[in-house]
Amino acid sequence: MSVDTVSLTGWGRTAPTTALRFRPRTYEEAAATVLGCGPRGSIARGLGRSHGDAAQNAGGSVLDMTALNRIRTIDAGTGLVVCDAGVSLHRLMEVLLPLGWFAPVTPATRHVTVGGAIGADIHGRNHHFSGSFSRHVQELKLLTAEGEIRTVRPGTDLFDATAGGLGLTGVILSATLRCHRVTSSWMSVDTERTVDLDDLLARLSTGDHRYRYSAAWIDLLARGRATGRSVITRGEHAPRYALPAHARRTPLAFRPGQLPVAPLLVPEGLLGRTSVALLNELHYRSAPRYRVGELQKLPAFFHPLDCLPHWNRIHGRGGSVRYQFVVGHGQEEALRRIVRQISRRRCPSFHAVLKRFGEGDPGWLSFPMPGWALALDLPAALPGLAGFLDSLDEEVAEAGGRVCLAKDSRLRPQMLAAMYPRLAEFRSLRAELDPNGAFRSDLSRRLSL
Amino acid sequence: MKDAFGAPQSLLVLGGTSRIALATARRLIARRTRTVWLAGRPSPGLESAAAELRTRGADVRTVDFDALDSESHETALGKIFTEGDIDMVLLAFGIAGDQERDEEEPLSAVRVARTNYTGAVSAGLVCAGALQAQGHGSLVVLSSAAGERVRRADFIYGSSKAGLDAFTQGLGDALYGTGVHVMVVRPGAVRPKTAARPATPRLTVARFAAAPLEASPLTTTPDAVAAAIVTGLRRRSETVWVPGSLRVVMSALRHAPRPLFRRLPV
Repeated sequence: MSVDTVSLTGWGRTAPTTALRFRPRTYEEAAATVLGCGPRGSIARGLGRSHGDAAQNAGGSVLDMTALNRIRTIDAGTGLVVCDAGVSLHRLMEVLLPLGWFAPVTPATRHVTVGGAIGADIHGRNHHFSGSFSRHVQELKLLTAEGEIRTVRPGTDLFDATAGGLGLTGVILSATLRCHRVTSSWMSVDTERTVDLDDLLARLSTGDHRYRYSAAWIDLLARGRATGRSVITRGEHAPRYALPAHARRTPLAFRPGQLPVAPLLVPEGLLGRTSVALLNELHYRSAPRYRVGELQKLPAFFHPLDCLPHWNRIHGRGGSVRYQFVVGHGQEEALRRIVRQISRRRCPSFHAVLKRFGEGDPGWLSFPMPGWALALDLPAALPGLAGFLDSLDEEVAEAGGRVCLAKDSRLRPQMLAAMYPRLAEFRSLRAELDPNGAFRSDLSRRLSL
Repeated sequence: MKDAFGAPQSLLVLGGTSRIALATARRLIARRTRTVWLAGRPSPGLESAAAELRTRGADVRTVDFDALDSESHETALGKIFTEGDIDMVLLAFGIAGDQERDEEEPLSAVRVARTNYTGAVSAGLVCAGALQAQGHGSLVVLSSAAGERVRRADFIYGSSKAGLDAFTQGLGDALYGTGVHVMVVRPGAVRPKTAARPATPRLTVARFAAAPLEASPLTTTPDAVAAAIVTGLRRRSETVWVPGSLRVVMSALRHAPRPLFRRLPV
C-alpha cells in the first residue's frame, strides 16, 4: 500500500487541504488504514469528481480507493455485477457494453467510481425514470469504524444513511449493481429549442415521460424575453435496426474519443461574461429548433466534457463553484425568480443544466426530490459570488428545496437542517456507529454533519 | 473549514485590539466566521472589542497573550488549538514605538524589536506548527510597507517589520504544500480614522514623496486593509499590498540608490 502526503481539492479546485493519502489494494489494507487513522479520521476518495470538499480530510487520512478496482462477477443473463468500489463507471462501460449492459445511472462524467456514486447518490438524465444510483444497488459491503466489514442491503437504516452519506458512515468496499439492458451503444436523440423558461418547463412537464433520458442546457446569460431559453435533449438507447450500416457490424462498440489534456495554466477569466455569452449564443443558435431521431454515440450524449481531460482547469487558478439546487413541483415561481436573478447578475455559466426530477430517493442525505433541479458552474473569482449564492440558498430553502452536498463547497451550516429534514437521523446514526469520528471529511467539518 | 471563497469559520487574532484585526474580524463574521479568539494582554479594550464582536453574532473568547513573553506562547496558543480547528490566524500585534525616544533609549527600541519581530517569530512558529498538524488554515501576518525600504524617519519600527516580513516569506515557503497558506499583508500608513480619501487625481511617486502621510493617496484605512485581506484569502495570495498601487511605488523606492533615497522627503 503506497502512502504519501498530498494537497487535495475537489473538481472545483478550491480550498485545498493536505492529508495523508493511502492507496489500499485489499479490503484488509483498507481496514488497517481505518483502524490506524489518527484523531483527524479518514475518508474514502475515488476519482475526485465531487466539486467541493467531500473527499478531502485536512490533516487526516484519505483512502484513495482507485486501486481496489476489480470487477468480481458479471451475470450476463441478468445484468447483476459485483465490483469493488474503486471501479469507475468508465471501466464498467468498457466491460459491460460489449455484453449488452449499461450503467443504470450515469452522471455527466463517467470518471466516477462506484463507491463515489453511492456515497454521493448520483443522479443522471434518467432520474425521472430510474431514480438515483443507489436504487440500483442490490447490496454493498461497508467497512465500519471498528474495521468490520458489513453487508448492507436496501431498506435498512444503514443503507439509507450510506446512500448519499458522502462516505461518512464507512468505506464502501464493493457493491452489487443491477445494470440496464441495451442493444447498442448509440442513442436516438430528440432535440428541441425553447424560447424561454416557461416554454422549457411546459415542454419538460408534458414530454419527459416519453423518454428515458432527458435534460436541458439552459442559457443563463440570456435576458429579457429570452430569459431561460434552452435546448432540450432527450434520448433513448437506439435499437439495432436504427443504426447506420457501418455501425451495425459492431453495435456495442465503446470507443470514446479524447482531446489533449487541458493546459495546467489557463488565464483566469477566460470563461468570463463575454466569452460565455458568445459560447452560449453559438450553442443556442447551432441547435436545431426541432429534430427527431438523431443518432449519437453514448459518450457524446452523456459525457461530452469527458473528451477534454482535466477540463476543470479552464476556470483558471481560482477554480470554480458548482451550484446545484432543486425545488419541488409547484415552486416554479421560485425557480423563475432564481433564473431571473442569475441572468440579471450576468453569471457566466457555460454548462448550466435544468432537469426535471422524478420521485425522491430513500437516502437520508440524497439530493434528488421531485421537482426542478438546476446546476450551474461559476468561476469562484466572480466578484460578490459568495453573497449572491447565499441569497439563492435562502430562496431555495424557503421554497422547500435543497442544494446538492456532493457538489457543495460553500453552504452555510445553519441552512442544512431546513434542506435535509432527515439530517438529525443521519447525525444520530453516525454518533452511534462512529462515536470517535473515524470518518470525517472537510465537508463534514464545515457543515458539522 | 474555509469555504470555496476562503472564508474561515474560526479565527484567532493575535493582538486582539488591533483596529485592522477587528475590522477584518467584522468582515469575516459577516461571511462565515462563528468562532473568534481574541488573544492579547488583558485590558478593558480587549473586552470591549470582544463584546462588540459578540453583538455581531460570533462566539468570541479572549485569551491572555503577551507578545514579549515568548516562553508562554506555546502553552497559551496550544490550548486554543486543542479546542478545535482554527481556520485562520491573524498575527496583528505590533507597536510603532517613538522613533526619537527609541533612538535615545536603546531599551525601548529593543522593546519594539522584541514585540514586532521576536514575539511574532515565536507566535508565528507555534501557530504554523498547529496549522500544519491540522492540514489546513491561513496564517495572515500584518507586515508593513515601512519594512520594504527602511526610512530614516522610522528605521527602528521599519527594521523590525522588515525582519517580520522576511520571516513570514520564509515561513510561507517552508509551509508550501502542507495545506497551510501564509499571507503577508503590507499596508501603507494607516490613517487614524476612516476619513474620506483626499481627491488626488493622479498617483505619482513625486506626489507621494512630497505629500504628508495624512493626505497621501497611498495611505489606507483599517477597513480597506480588511477588505484586501478577505480578497487575498479568496485568491490564496501570498503578498497583499494595501492600497495595491503601493506595490509599484515601493518597488521604485526599493531600487532608489541610497544617496537619492536619503534626500527624498519620505
